[in-house]
Amino acid sequence: MALLQIAEPGESAAPHRHRLAVGIDLGTTNSLVATVRSGLAVVLNDELGRPLLPSVVRYLPDGSCAAGYEAQAQQAIDPRNTIVSVKRFMGRGIKDVPYREDLPYRFDEAPGMLRLQTVAGVKSPVEISAEILRTLRLRAESALGGTLVGAVITVPAYFDDAQRQATKDAAKLAGLPVLRLLNEPTAAAIAYGLDNGAEGVYAVYDLGGGTFDISILRLARGVFEVLATGGDSALGGDDFDQRIFCWILESAQLAPLSVEDARMLLTRAREAKEYLSFHGVAPISARLTSGEIVDLRLTTETFSEITRTLLAKTLQPVKKALRDAGLTVGDIKGVVMVGGATRMPQVQRAVGDFFRQEPLNNLDPEKVVALGAAMQANLLAGNRSTGDDWLLLDVIPLSLGLETMGGLVEKIVPRNSTIPTARAQEFTTFRDGQTALALHIVQGERELVGDCRSLARFELRGIPPLVAGAARIRVTFQVDADGLLAVSARELGSGVETGVVVKPSYGLSDDEIAAMLKDSLAHVKDDAQLRALQEARVEAERLIEAVRSALAADGDLLAADERSRIERGLLGLHNAAAGENRRQLVVAMDDLEAETKEFAARRMDRSIRRAFAGRNISELAGDLSLAKSGEGA
Amino acid sequence: MPVAPASRLMSGREPLDLSTDFFSLFALPRSFRLAAAQLDRAYVELQASVHPDRFAAADDSARRLAMQWSTRVNEAYQTLKKPLARAKYLLHLAAHDVADENNTLMPADFLIEQLEWREAVAEARAAGDHHELEHMHHRLQRELSSRYDELGDLFDERQDFVEAADRVRRLMFIEKLLADLDEAMAACDA
Repeated sequence: MALLQIAEPGESAAPHRHRLAVGIDLGTTNSLVATVRSGLAVVLNDELGRPLLPSVVRYLPDGSCAAGYEAQAQQAIDPRNTIVSVKRFMGRGIKDVPYREDLPYRFDEAPGMLRLQTVAGVKSPVEISAEILRTLRLRAESALGGTLVGAVITVPAYFDDAQRQATKDAAKLAGLPVLRLLNEPTAAAIAYGLDNGAEGVYAVYDLGGGTFDISILRLARGVFEVLATGGDSALGGDDFDQRIFCWILESAQLAPLSVEDARMLLTRAREAKEYLSFHGVAPISARLTSGEIVDLRLTTETFSEITRTLLAKTLQPVKKALRDAGLTVGDIKGVVMVGGATRMPQVQRAVGDFFRQEPLNNLDPEKVVALGAAMQANLLAGNRSTGDDWLLLDVIPLSLGLETMGGLVEKIVPRNSTIPTARAQEFTTFRDGQTALALHIVQGERELVGDCRSLARFELRGIPPLVAGAARIRVTFQVDADGLLAVSARELGSGVETGVVVKPSYGLSDDEIAAMLKDSLAHVKDDAQLRALQEARVEAERLIEAVRSALAADGDLLAADERSRIERGLLGLHNAAAGENRRQLVVAMDDLEAETKEFAARRMDRSIRRAFAGRNISELAGDLSLAKSGEGA
Repeated sequence: MPVAPASRLMSGREPLDLSTDFFSLFALPRSFRLAAAQLDRAYVELQASVHPDRFAAADDSARRLAMQWSTRVNEAYQTLKKPLARAKYLLHLAAHDVADENNTLMPADFLIEQLEWREAVAEARAAGDHHELEHMHHRLQRELSSRYDELGDLFDERQDFVEAADRVRRLMFIEKLLADLDEAMAACDA
């Protein structure tokens, strides 16, 4: 792989190449991958010209697997080993799965994130999702002709920490560097806003296969600001299918079904739902393995009747999000419809009635999320120039809390806080010589621990032994731009950084991920070592470019010796990248990172000063006459 | 009102780091009354230069720094945007902390008034009287607004931090009441 030439000191860096980055919509029913080509966001089709990849994975006895249409075609024949809608299982325990008795899978009885027993062994939802992501990665790499710098992967805005972390872990298993986890409605807003030059407050109503999101955003020139978000991470088009399925069972008076028959009737139910988007009546006919014949007609009226409560369930979070944003229906300039399930006429009607306006449907509801993600990926990869970019301010969907005495929750980070965000809290010991402290973090809005989702138990170790109450441990809860929580702790008296051991309630430990990574490499066709080396080279190239452009822009912040140390690091990395030793490459990267640490801090400082210098003094000094007591009124 | 922080910042002499106070960070004068539009603009400009999205392709240390800075800017914005948080912060800067929980000694008439409000909210909530709740909400907001006006005088004209701290303690009660009212209205909607 050719690396860029290192510019001589003082010489300006050559305009950097277009970095290959993609946006991935990892959906419950279907997934897509998109990229920006010649300034235009496009969905990348498979070799048969199909944009969608059904989110279906089938495991085979030899340990291999197939994802997409091929797997989908076999789901009625091999339902136990063909996993559909795996997104519903991400970061979830077995007790969280609704209608699991109707599902054909064999679940592993274990605490934590659920697992499925397949003919190829026990699989975690993270591994299954990774197969979908891997398929999309390969599609993108063959379409774009190179290794990807990274991907923006979308998640439902209402996904909690465990579900987000599971998605990020799946990307890791699939060999995809994650530039950002992006909320699906936000991705849609980016695509819609940029395409239409929209300004004002918009609502994004996103009803996908298995999740529902509502986000309220303020769109202004170059700024996308999420004001509030809400939703239901277990409500989607699948539930409409399920209602039809139950109606079939009842109407045809069927005896208990085999798993194959159940899977087939669920497919018929979905087809009927789709048919009703364009017709008044849908015929449903099937011959079961028992020889029984199903022959029914589902009318639009009946369909509306049996799904009325589902629609009402989407409007509750809508009202809550509006309230959280401090807005009313009258403030909403437009309602962007996202997700295949919004094609249903009764959804369109219900949303139109609620917002008292026609919903906006001028973007393909199935592609808009992937397209927005591709635009954001292009931005994050650094393919856009300053002034031709935008700022995205997103929020955390659910409050983070801490278990306190009596099973109560103390809120640490309230929902709808703009991310990244952090809160610090002080704790003390209650026993003499106590050296460890346990914290239980939950996510949700309720007051009792039992009513919220357990995220993780953190154990702080290495607290200096002191008398009870003397240690002062400052625990910082940091939520990053992906909406993921990290916890760090420090004893204030001694300044000792205490170790934090994380036990995720519904997540995977680092060891488990490492084991899965090893396991997955045993079955993939591409050479794992070559792949790892290639990924490290891309990473090295990214770093070299980042440092070079930093030197070109702000090299004057460095003393001569500092600069020469960085130049030496660059050269070392450049040479390591030309070699075949991945280990050496990683060490060279670490060395360069260490040399640029102080430089990064100075650059950040300058960048902030520039933000001020952009405004003139009279502007800053002015409008004090406007001064009021803020928004208290 | 002096605008020293802004010019100092731009002259580049004042060291700017993560411990810079929130007003200086946004180049705003340290006062209770502030122009919301100016704060909003400064916030967006600052985030545009420190947000992690700007450094997604940068090296680890730059990414970590961006997260810290962006977090700090968010915290600063939330603190200055809300009048109660801003007032508490001003007191903190002037070393007059409100002592949130310890100092709950309030005049009896104020406490009785609060109790009456609270009962009225509970009653209306039990009766599902959305109209009454909304009416109370309006009244309470009017009261808050005039109390914040007075607070502006105390901070910006009279620099009376002791009296201001006392007013802030009362405002904490009223803001809590308003939050309860919001919750009651939400419960009626559901």
